[in-house]
Amino acid sequence: MKLFSVRGGIHPSYRKQATTAKKIEPLPVVPFYFLPLRQHSGASAEAVVNIGDHVGKGQLLAAPVGRISAPVHAPTSGIVRAIQNMTAPHPSGLPGMTIVLESDGKDSWAELPEAYSDPFSVDPKLIRERVAWAGVVGLGGAAFPAAVKLEQSSQKPIKMVVLNGAECEPYLTGDDRVMQEYADEVISGGRLIAYAVGAPKVVIGIERNKPEAIAIMKKAAEAYDNVEIADLPAQYPVGSARHLVQALTGLEISARTRIADVGVLVQNVGTARAVWRSAHYGEPLISRIVTVSGGGMNDPKTLDAPIGTPVKALIEYCGGMNEKAEQIVTGGPLMGVGLPNIDVPVIKGTAGILALTSEEMDHRPAEPCLRCGRCVDVCPCGLSPVEMSSLIRRDKLDEAEQLQVMDCFSCGSCSYVCPSHLPLVQYFNYAKGEIWNRRDEERKQNKIKALAAAKEARLAEVLRQRQLAAERAKAAKAAANKEEKAV
Amino acid sequence: MSGSIAISGPFTHADNSVSRTMQMVMLALLPATAFDLWLFGWPAIFLFGLTILFCLAVEAGCLMLAKRPVLPALKDGSAILSGWLIAMSLPPWAPWWIALLGAVFAIALAKQVFGGLGQNLFNPAMVARVALLISFPLQMTQFAAPHPIFTAHAPDILTGLKITLGCEGNLDSLSAASALGHIKTELTRGIPVTHTVQSLPGLKEMILGIKPGSMGETSAIFILLGGLFLMWRRIISWHTPVSMLLTLFLLGTLFSAINPARYASGMIELLSGASMLGAFFIATDYVTSPVSKTGQIIFGFGVGFLTWIIRSFAGYPEGVAFAVLLMNATTPIIDHYSRPRVFGRTRQGQPVAFGDKK
Ligand code: SF4
Ligand code: SF4
Repeated sequence: MKLFSVRGGIHPSYRKQATTAKKIEPLPVVPFYFLPLRQHSGASAEAVVNIGDHVGKGQLLAAPVGRISAPVHAPTSGIVRAIQNMTAPHPSGLPGMTIVLESDGKDSWAELPEAYSDPFSVDPKLIRERVAWAGVVGLGGAAFPAAVKLEQSSQKPIKMVVLNGAECEPYLTGDDRVMQEYADEVISGGRLIAYAVGAPKVVIGIERNKPEAIAIMKKAAEAYDNVEIADLPAQYPVGSARHLVQALTGLEISARTRIADVGVLVQNVGTARAVWRSAHYGEPLISRIVTVSGGGMNDPKTLDAPIGTPVKALIEYCGGMNEKAEQIVTGGPLMGVGLPNIDVPVIKGTAGILALTSEEMDHRPAEPCLRCGRCVDVCPCGLSPVEMSSLIRRDKLDEAEQLQVMDCFSCGSCSYVCPSHLPLVQYFNYAKGEIWNRRDEERKQNKIKALAAAKEARLAEVLRQRQLAAERAKAAKAAANKEEKAV
Repeated sequence: MSGSIAISGPFTHADNSVSRTMQMVMLALLPATAFDLWLFGWPAIFLFGLTILFCLAVEAGCLMLAKRPVLPALKDGSAILSGWLIAMSLPPWAPWWIALLGAVFAIALAKQVFGGLGQNLFNPAMVARVALLISFPLQMTQFAAPHPIFTAHAPDILTGLKITLGCEGNLDSLSAASALGHIKTELTRGIPVTHTVQSLPGLKEMILGIKPGSMGETSAIFILLGGLFLMWRRIISWHTPVSMLLTLFLLGTLFSAINPARYASGMIELLSGASMLGAFFIATDYVTSPVSKTGQIIFGFGVGFLTWIIRSFAGYPEGVAFAVLLMNATTPIIDHYSRPRVFGRTRQGQPVAFGDKK
């Protein structure tokens, strides 16, 4: 398949060897599961169970609220012990509403909806509803509710469903393993997504550094005319949806529009598998593939971990950490974030748990910018990190905004290559946060102003009416006087 | 800026750093330097060492005056590299105080006054070179003829020391003019270039560098090797050097074809003076050249063009240093106009009409 070139990017050391050849292992049941109500982008779900309820595996625990949201299901059978604020798996360490489930050790299923033995024979609308019920979200890390994407796309002419198997972050091998072990489910899922939105074909993009996965997927795709495997160059961040679409179609998605507007729907390969399982088996999304790796991990593995399992349990299953482990990261090392502690749970967006050593991270004190221009070369968005960072350091956020700092998606390429070890992404995250706050503030101010103006207008109107009435009364009086005089 | 930013990613980094970058550049300079130190013997060796020492001393002094930490800055290697590059552009048998003044011009005036590493607008080594050339035209154009070390006529270690200390009175007999200098003087005497070139070293000597010239500039081939090494290590890219050398070569070739008596050929332009050193090691200086590739092509073209203009029409036989400084001044403007186009936006920053083919 013809590929198109994508600007910038880096070739980090991939460090995937530790887990790439190891089969996925299912994680055994643990005593407690912690299920945050907000594991997806969008609004938090709302608990539909009470403390003390006994729930079966796969039973609905929390229902979606609002347009963009996703439900949460029980990863095993057991008793709801608490619904409370707990530390979320996010570097801020801020709390979020969480359901605590004590497992009863039986791991017995609740009653599940009908399994469509041939999902391609049911109404596409039912498939979309099923995906919504199952709480499937983008498993690549963004955790955007899959059903919302399907619904939006079904209203547009979609020319192509793209399955993202690039997995361009170092260490992570979850998608790689899923494609090697569940190629059929992935491809069926891709075809089902295409069916659900009425798209004629499926293209699966895989980075060339996964030759086994490419071979297996190509073989599995042979049976279908409309499924194609594209081997992408190993160039981080080709797995970013916009850049993936550009590599595959040559279309550059405007800063103003969504990917669906160019007739493409992108889903991660793991998400496609989850979509398939929700329809074919009636299974909700209650587990995900997590790569547990890093130089600080004793026995790196790729695990099939129930959502809600404490990170600690995964680490223990992988032989624990050695003394060189310096930082626990969730996600890949480039776009991932540090974890506040290892008691936080695996959530739907957790693609990896990495215990990294200081040699691997190579954090060093920042030195002055050399103006080497490497960051400009590698930025996949065509930004000028060197200029933006110097503006932000001087707190000139307006000027940084003019250089489109808001278009930065924090891929980390610039920080990765900077010889001066400047924390460029941190600057941009800071600036983006500040600018969002400012815009929010402005919006609020404008709203207040509009309200005030409306109120003033109303008052003025009342006053005018009163004046009019007074004048009318005066005129009437004058007329009456005149009449009197005339009489 | 507030200190509220949590430690964030990325949690991995390319295997590079400032000092590593500097070391790579020095490694790349090594062959050409070693060759010329051999070619010009003990005085060159003394002058080379002194220049670097003076640069370190001036850097340390400035930092202490500014009450900033001294050791980390000295360790990053930038002062050594500046000293190295200044030394390479000095006549090999120049006296010690030239080195000292060079260090003051480069480090104190061109670098630290602007705020230190990364802040300077002008290339420190070229500021030193130009300032010295203007202030001491005699000493700065008195080039030694090749006297390879350990050969019969080479100054021994003691004579070498005396030359560097400036107490060896009569250097005239040992000195020679550089190729460009020679062409220029002869031209002013009405002797055409076509005639002068016959007395220049042959092409082989020019390429290898067995000819009079500045301490590190004579050997085109070794400098080219160093430049290729830097490209291979991705410290520099081809854009600046190729654009500069190509401009110089094409202008030389074109005009010498039109009027061979007046203009030196493209080959001479390339192989003499600071062309090679300038293209690979000076015009590519990160701090003072544009950050984007497009900008670097424009910058390289500018340096090549101005070099040729100055060599051909101005009073000085060599123009690389002036050209680099002039172009340094335009770097902020070039940077401004050569920013890459943002993904999904037009050059004006508006979102592109969606789904545009690239
Ligand atoms: S990579 Fe770092 S040192 Fe180089 S220009 Fe960018 S910010 Fe400056
Ligand atoms: S983090 Fe932002 S500025 Fe840096 S390379 Fe990625 S998109 Fe560009």
